[in-house]
Amino acid sequence: MKLAEIIPLIQLEPLVVIDDLDYEIKTVCGCDLMSDVLAFSQEKTMLLTGLTNPQVIRTAEMTDIKFIIFVRGKRPPKETIELAKEKGINLYLSPKSMFECCGILYQAGLNSESMRSLI
Amino acid sequence: MQEQVILRSAIEKGDFARGGEASSNLKEILRKLGVRSDINRRTTIVTYEMEMNIIIHSLGGEITVYIASDHIKVVAEDKGPGIEDLQLAFQPGYSTADDRVREMGFGAGMGLNNIQYYSDDLHVETGKGQSTKFTAIIYLESPSKEPNS
Repeated sequence: MKLAEIIPLIQLEPLVVIDDLDYEIKTVCGCDLMSDVLAFSQEKTMLLTGLTNPQVIRTAEMTDIKFIIFVRGKRPPKETIELAKEKGINLYLSPKSMFECCGILYQAGLNSESMRSLI
Repeated sequence: MQEQVILRSAIEKGDFARGGEASSNLKEILRKLGVRSDINRRTTIVTYEMEMNIIIHSLGGEITVYIASDHIKVVAEDKGPGIEDLQLAFQPGYSTADDRVREMGFGAGMGLNNIQYYSDDLHVETGKGQSTKFTAIIYLESPSKEPNS
């Protein structure tokens, strides 16, 4: 699904825009635990999170995640925005809850990532 | 080719503001060296977990990364206080991190498990009251671990 189609669905406000609206998003990961993102996430996924500190950008950088959506309208601090600009990571803000964002995007046809299994 | 140092970085205890800088620098170095992107990703995840572990759990330490013709070696060595029960520390979900660390999204108890998963070979030297040394090897031609590859 193109980013342009996702924006109205969860009312995204752009904070840092690097890639254009044609960027294709294939999977979504909703997570507040950065170690879990490091453990399970794949390249090119879009991360939904309620965390706004700069370590979220670092985690995205290490895992090659290019899009981060901050849910619940939580605006990230300046350091987070500056680091995202430096590292070329797109940031958006949604007023909706994590649950709503995930539900809407899932219903619209976006998939979860395939995860490595621990059990 | 013998192992050559490509990164050496001192990591301070509690320095969350700079957490990830060494790994970020490494990612760029590996990119410039033309290392396969999934190997770069695995190596930087391993290094980032080690870097955050030094910041969160240790009294400070150092990360050194070497490259040779067929592998990358990441060595993280700290000044203590050591891991008492290594088997427990590797168990997914187990963590001794405090609330402050958890609020930043860490302390999920996946760090050591991640390091092991993304490394081809891992060696740990530690003990209560001792320094801890992690040595991880990632082979440059290692098969991809990306779930969809």
